Amino acid sequence: MSSLSATIQDVFNEPGCGKNAGKSEAERKKGCTKQLQPGGAAGGCAFDGAKVALQPLTDVAHLVHGPIACEGNSWDNRGARSSGSDLWRTGFTTDINETDVVFGGEKRLFKSIKEIIEKYDPPAVFVYQTCVPAMTGDDINAVCKAASQKFNKPVIPVNSPGFVGPKNLGNKLAGEALLEHVIGTEEPDFTTPYDINIIGEYNLVGELWQVKPLLDELGIRILSCISGDGRYREVAYSHRARAAMMVCSKAMINVARQMEERYGIPFFEGSFYGIEDTSDSLREIARLLIERGAPDELMDRTEALIAREEARAWAAIEPYKPRFAGKKVLLITGGVKSWSVVAALQEAGLELVGTSVKKSTKEDKERIKELMGQDAHLIEDMTPREMYKMLKDARADIMLSGGKSQFVALKAAMPWLDINQERNHAYMGYVGMVKLVEEIDKSLYNPMWEQLRRPAPWDEAGNSWQAKATAQNDAEAAVLAADPVRAETTRRARKICFCKSVDLGTIEDAIAAHGLTTVDSVRERTNASGGCQACTGRITDILAARPRPAAPPPLLDAAE
Amino acid sequence: MATVTHSKKACAVNPLKMSQPIGGAFAFLGLRGAMPLLHGSQGCTSFGLTLFVRHFKEAVPLQTTAMSEVATVLGGYENVEQAILNIHTRTKPEIIGICSTGVTETKGDDVEGYLRLIRGKHPQLARFPMVYVSTPDFKDAFQDGWEKTVARLVEELVEAPAAGAERDPARVNVLPGCHLTPGDIEELRTMMEDFGLVPSFLPDLGGSLDGHIPDEFTPTTIGGIGVDEIAAMGRASWTIAIGAQMRRAAEALEKKAGTPFRVFERLCGLLPNDAFISFLSEISGRPVPLKYRRQRGQLADAMLDAHFHIGGRKLAIGAEPDLLFDLSSLLHDLGAKVAVAVTTTSSPVLERIMTDDVLIGDLEDLETLAKQRGCDLMITHSHGRQAADRLKIPFYRAGFPMFDRLGAGHQLSVGYRGTRDLIFDIANLVIADHEANRQPTPETWRDGLKPPSPGEAVHIH
Ligand code: SF4
Repeated sequence: MSSLSATIQDVFNEPGCGKNAGKSEAERKKGCTKQLQPGGAAGGCAFDGAKVALQPLTDVAHLVHGPIACEGNSWDNRGARSSGSDLWRTGFTTDINETDVVFGGEKRLFKSIKEIIEKYDPPAVFVYQTCVPAMTGDDINAVCKAASQKFNKPVIPVNSPGFVGPKNLGNKLAGEALLEHVIGTEEPDFTTPYDINIIGEYNLVGELWQVKPLLDELGIRILSCISGDGRYREVAYSHRARAAMMVCSKAMINVARQMEERYGIPFFEGSFYGIEDTSDSLREIARLLIERGAPDELMDRTEALIAREEARAWAAIEPYKPRFAGKKVLLITGGVKSWSVVAALQEAGLELVGTSVKKSTKEDKERIKELMGQDAHLIEDMTPREMYKMLKDARADIMLSGGKSQFVALKAAMPWLDINQERNHAYMGYVGMVKLVEEIDKSLYNPMWEQLRRPAPWDEAGNSWQAKATAQNDAEAAVLAADPVRAETTRRARKICFCKSVDLGTIEDAIAAHGLTTVDSVRERTNASGGCQACTGRITDILAARPRPAAPPPLLDAAE
Repeated sequence: MATVTHSKKACAVNPLKMSQPIGGAFAFLGLRGAMPLLHGSQGCTSFGLTLFVRHFKEAVPLQTTAMSEVATVLGGYENVEQAILNIHTRTKPEIIGICSTGVTETKGDDVEGYLRLIRGKHPQLARFPMVYVSTPDFKDAFQDGWEKTVARLVEELVEAPAAGAERDPARVNVLPGCHLTPGDIEELRTMMEDFGLVPSFLPDLGGSLDGHIPDEFTPTTIGGIGVDEIAAMGRASWTIAIGAQMRRAAEALEKKAGTPFRVFERLCGLLPNDAFISFLSEISGRPVPLKYRRQRGQLADAMLDAHFHIGGRKLAIGAEPDLLFDLSSLLHDLGAKVAVAVTTTSSPVLERIMTDDVLIGDLEDLETLAKQRGCDLMITHSHGRQAADRLKIPFYRAGFPMFDRLGAGHQLSVGYRGTRDLIFDIANLVIADHEANRQPTPETWRDGLKPPSPGEAVHIH
């Protein structure tokens, strides 16, 4: 087993990952996600994930070993911000050619490292492996080792070629590289009882700076942020922190957990999205620091700060609440932050009509469910048409989503706000939450929408695209009304459980055939609600709507 | 005549180049009901998709065969088959366009062979339009991917006219290079229609990526040229190729259908448009409409107004060959000095660029040379923003990608009118820079004229 596949196994065996605990050995070996579907998938690769996680380290030269596709198509496209060096935004790639593919690209890689050190003299060079050189057998570990010795400078291999898996695996492999080669290799000039690490925060649009002033005020020092606005040295001496906060859900859990194990740094999982989450996280940081020896009075100061900030935030949000009354938000985010965004929006008094949990882990989904209660309407995979229909049926007044799914909303002349990576505004902490509310309000009440929804003067009534789409939907409904058989098929095909892809018909049949009466028994028979369990409410409704089955024979009942 | 050199560096820094398969997929996006499919790992598609979406601010269809590590070793037949079946049933496209990537080319997947097997095995696909182009990432660049794909589309889809069949005198094929925007295509369409011609654009990004609101939500491309229309291109009386990169496709069309062609290497500038308009007048047999006579006058006037500002400027330009040739020639025509020219791939036009040397390199080269040679105007795609910032010189964004400004799809460079507007845009940038950064102070001329130091030659540009 090569060392890369061994590392991947380690990552999959991550005990800190609750999702793994419930899996069989064989299942675990298969990895974090289901097999990708050719022709039906479009997520980032493991290399992308590794780069996302590490590129925010600002003073490092990030060198991508591969053909132009990997770096040429993607460099300088990430929204992190730096308070210092701009080197992280410089695209370095070996841009290998045919000769390198045939004869190996190790020499070019070594020379590239040399050129970078001569021209830019960074504190470290990170070398990212990609698919083609991984196939042709370029040994980046060996090249990095040789270069490190030759140039007397850390040259860190990040072994995460795209084809080993999806983006979230890449996040973790990036973490492994830090654990293996960086963390614990240097010492800070001094330490304080108030030193913390923040793990898995990338400082997108500078949002870390919405929270840092609060920590500054409390005298809490971010010894190392991995990796937002981070410096190489800070990561190298991050093992001296007293406590750690892990954000961005599970992206770098391996780093947090192993630092706890190796260096005794306790961590908690928290979020700076939303007022309550921010307060909870500040409290938790103070609590852990006190546990590790900081004076108790830190908690009093923290509470005082929280009280002041919360009061200010609520006061700032208050005027919006009446404007948001009855407004519904359709939330579609592929990001791992879904659950914290949900909490934030509900704080502002908005009603959620849906959220996608496509890329979230099971825990995220459970959290969303917890936050949203039984009414959670989890939408695993909406087609553009369904999205339009949902927006149009006025079940949503505004859509919040990532960049790629915005177009349906905008073309349907429906307010839309970007909440993923490429967003233009920072939404963290108390100030960020107020900003988000402001942006939603600006979008909801923009007078433009009304104009855009009007038909063009030459559009005959019923001939606009909106009217056509509606007519199409109506026609479909009419067909179903006239054709009871088809209507029944369609009704039965309605997805109930999105995680396990179970439709209504399957559930009804199981209920009828086995006289099921509980959600648990439905799950046993059909697998429905075996995932995020957001559909338990729907299954309960289905059970309630059925005529009571005749009392089953006692024997069968016992077996149930 | 310029000499063309390759950068000697092992490490590309701040790439100017984008990959070939993305260029290929871009060409497929100009077809109606198309689903471009990259045969490779999912990440390559994801990066490409992000590029397109950020440039056009539109939903863009692009799929992947999702090759895993294991699949790349075993070969990708099953992935290609599954991807095609999936796309065919789920998105109901009119054509699937397949580009290979570095991953599958390293293994040497025989995709043509796969397609034959798939057609044989699945009757519903036996005659379904599927076009494959070999576009390894580790060779060539974006523009090459486009060039090869359009040539393959011609070879596969254009039908030879029946022997003795008459050509339709009004019908003209247009093969636009990838440096033209959807806005350019629309401009050309209008110009040709004003001469009573009926143009077919292959590819037609003007129809598919012009930012219109679609009638229906489909997961494939909306608008663009249909497969049937491509088939009928053999009956046109002429083919017009725009950009040297399109010569290959024009020759393929001539070979297949005997259609004569003419290549217009540039459509930005006074003389190139004189040639183009004259040609349209000639093949249509119609006089030049008044509108274009007036537009020519406006362009001439714009040149007069702008030459004060553009003349003498030292230009650093980084672009793919055809765009580089087009824009640098225009600015040269207005008296600018093309001091630095960097490009991505070889092309016959490079040695005709009005400069001493053209470098196949990256944006680090562009920045370093621009600094050395004291350039005071930069033109390249959005990735030049960091360099322009550091050099503190006016920066005109041109080419793909343009992700940090709006309206990329509508930026014009063709025609008298397009050239006129482009000249105004660049001149205004220069004027704004002058006002903001280059105002005289009492000290500006304090030292007067310095005698030339011994050994230093006096440069007169
Ligand atoms: S999948 Fe592989 S080849 Fe494609 S972008 Fe990712 S690392 Fe590069």
